[in-house]
Amino acid sequence: MTAAPLLEIRSLAKSFGGARALRGVDFELRAGEVHALLGENGAGKSTLIKIVTGAHQPDTGVIRVAGREVSGLDPSAARRLGIACIYQQPALFPDLTVAENIGLRLDPGHALRRVGWRKLREQAGDLLRKIGAAIDPESEVRALSMPEQQLVEIAGAVGTGARIVIMDEPTASLTQKEQHLLHAVVRDLRRDGVGIIYISHRLEEIFALADRVTVLRDGESTGTGAIGELTERELIRRMVGREVAQIYPPAERQPGGVVLATRALGCAAGGVRDVSLEIRAGEILGLAGLVGAGRTELARVLFGLTPADSGEIELDGAPVRLHSPRDAVRQGIAYVPEDRRRHGVVLEMAVAENMTMAVHRRLFPGSWLRSSAERVLANGFVRDLAVKCAGPQAPAGSLSGGNQQKVSLARWLATKPRVLILDEPTQGVDIGAKAEIHRIIRHLAGEGLAVLLISSDLPEVLGMSDRIGVMRGGRLAGILPGGSDAHEVMALALGQPAKGTA
Amino acid sequence: MKKHFRELSVAAALLVILALLAVFAPAFFQPQPLLSLATREAPTLVVACGMAIVIISRQIDISVGSQFSVCGVCAGLLAASGWPLAATLPAAVGAGALLGAVNGALIAGLGLPSIVVTLAMMVTLRQGLNLARQGQFVNLPDGVQWFGFSQSNGQWLIVGFALLLLVALALAMRHLAAGRYIHAIGSDAEAARLAGIRPRLGTFLVFVLMGALTGLAAMLNVVQSPQVQPLSGLGLELKVIAAVVVGGVAISGGRGNLWGAFAGLLLLACIGPALTHLRVEAYWEKAIQGAIILLAVVADGIRSRRGGNGR
Repeated sequence: MTAAPLLEIRSLAKSFGGARALRGVDFELRAGEVHALLGENGAGKSTLIKIVTGAHQPDTGVIRVAGREVSGLDPSAARRLGIACIYQQPALFPDLTVAENIGLRLDPGHALRRVGWRKLREQAGDLLRKIGAAIDPESEVRALSMPEQQLVEIAGAVGTGARIVIMDEPTASLTQKEQHLLHAVVRDLRRDGVGIIYISHRLEEIFALADRVTVLRDGESTGTGAIGELTERELIRRMVGREVAQIYPPAERQPGGVVLATRALGCAAGGVRDVSLEIRAGEILGLAGLVGAGRTELARVLFGLTPADSGEIELDGAPVRLHSPRDAVRQGIAYVPEDRRRHGVVLEMAVAENMTMAVHRRLFPGSWLRSSAERVLANGFVRDLAVKCAGPQAPAGSLSGGNQQKVSLARWLATKPRVLILDEPTQGVDIGAKAEIHRIIRHLAGEGLAVLLISSDLPEVLGMSDRIGVMRGGRLAGILPGGSDAHEVMALALGQPAKGTA
Repeated sequence: MKKHFRELSVAAALLVILALLAVFAPAFFQPQPLLSLATREAPTLVVACGMAIVIISRQIDISVGSQFSVCGVCAGLLAASGWPLAATLPAAVGAGALLGAVNGALIAGLGLPSIVVTLAMMVTLRQGLNLARQGQFVNLPDGVQWFGFSQSNGQWLIVGFALLLLVALALAMRHLAAGRYIHAIGSDAEAARLAGIRPRLGTFLVFVLMGALTGLAAMLNVVQSPQVQPLSGLGLELKVIAAVVVGGVAISGGRGNLWGAFAGLLLLACIGPALTHLRVEAYWEKAIQGAIILLAVVADGIRSRRGGNGR
């Protein structure tokens, strides 16, 4: 190596109160490489990133940028050094236009200086074209999809001449096609000599994109290696610290009778049209499709959140009307929503309180809360689902993402449902917890639940489903048998007639 | 200990003031003036209980002062026209519930922000009352003051009733499913809805309860004097919101309890009489109350900043 690395970190340590988030981590990023940073949630990835972007100050350790030691890094200093971070949830101003958002990044000038909007608009347009994004600089950010917003962030980062770009789970909510677009942009950046720190839970993506990989576990680095020298199994072992048996456990039983059936179900407000499907007891029906294809909307119709305006829903052969979540809960339908950080659990409330929230009527006749009954139920689920928490009285907000998801799941299992709708159950969840959640889902299906599994993680849909429904434009484009491959699913999702390219 | 830090620190501040009074102005503890003070503050406590519940559900009601006046004047007019107390009291509570229902319907039904709706309600009711009554007092017939009992019995009745209500509501918030629903709605209304709770119905009922409690409080105030003053509730909303916030109920919803609001109210209520007894000029009362509110808000800010970092 001739030049100093773009970013060099030596013995970085950081504690929050008593908790040691980082215990002497070494890390190195070269120009023109994609360096994947792996680790379970809580392994210290976020802390490391926050120190590099200046959001946190390290306790000890050295940071060198292009060979020069920097200290007292704060967010504006990091920006001046050419460090940019693209978060999973883009940090843009929804009411401003794309050009204005990019302009705010390019022009951190004096507050009283006149802004050259025309020039900024042109610059923004150039930057978007440069990264291959077909986005109108004049459109308001709130009208853009999540991936489009990420592209806007990347354009802004490129515009400020960032040399070190950190991407924190950028593809977590993207569809296959959008991922390919993003990967192309990442490769372009790499060719231009930018160093990219890439965080993702999706190993297939790491293998497709990264040059080198560093795995963090419990605040320590388990070493850096070239991607060609590592197997998936080895990476998982390093992350989890033990062998993970199976990410996708096999089916436990043959599907039984039809539990939930829809006939020509439609909902104009939700953009769902003419959906006819059946789910059997003990069956996992996967639901694939692009973001915006109507999968979550279908789930909302089935849960009574946006009631259907045409067609029929049948449960065990009897037609039912679902006008509100209460109707759905009464009929034995449970919905574990997407975006658990916002709406799956109430973060301020205790684990036990969250778990009993949907079963007050049954658990507390006369509506007087009985803490003993609550404790029994919560302890049971904490044990059965292996929820890692300080106890049932710990606030849900203190749990990791995977464990919050288990709490959300427990709340619905407590209602003893016949139909379980899961919307992105493992989004942003680390690989150990993911395997565990899959095992729980399989087990529930084994007990006779009819499961509708919505996921943008294609390997998950393929690995978990007994049958795979594919949605496109609010309609059910088709149902594929289990064991179908990614190409068949993508062809249906994209509306290509035969086996085309994905 | 850490969980109830706020309630305990407010209680500690209260004890410090009481200790100062015990040393420098033992006259404060004479039973009769103390009972009078408690009686005067009893209606405020009833309103503060309702306000705590409203704020826990992540709403606010700044029309309580005006509601209080309207309900008081209505009750006075009914009593003056010969209604018995047994009918006047439910009528006052019903009038309050009705006003609360209007607030609730606009806020929960139409999804309007509560601060705007109740601001409009505050001004409308206050100006309507001024227009209708021109500031006239209502003279009450005999047998209304102190519910027809002797003064001290009436005072004990009012104070006892307010405390009983506090205990009942605090227990309900903690031990009834409805209380937990209100906490859930205040923390995250969408999450509550997804869990099968009806946030809009809950919010509506919270405002109805607020109105009913305000009507009740107005009645507890009316019976304390031979006349009803139409300005009786002026500034009440600020007083109770301050008490609730000082008592550790998070203005962002979801967190807090009625005991804290009670402690907050006691603290703020004691400052005025304490200053009088300690011969400090009365002008300091508002300044000290303001400082306490500011301190409480700053403490909340520091707590949530600490909570937000790290992980």
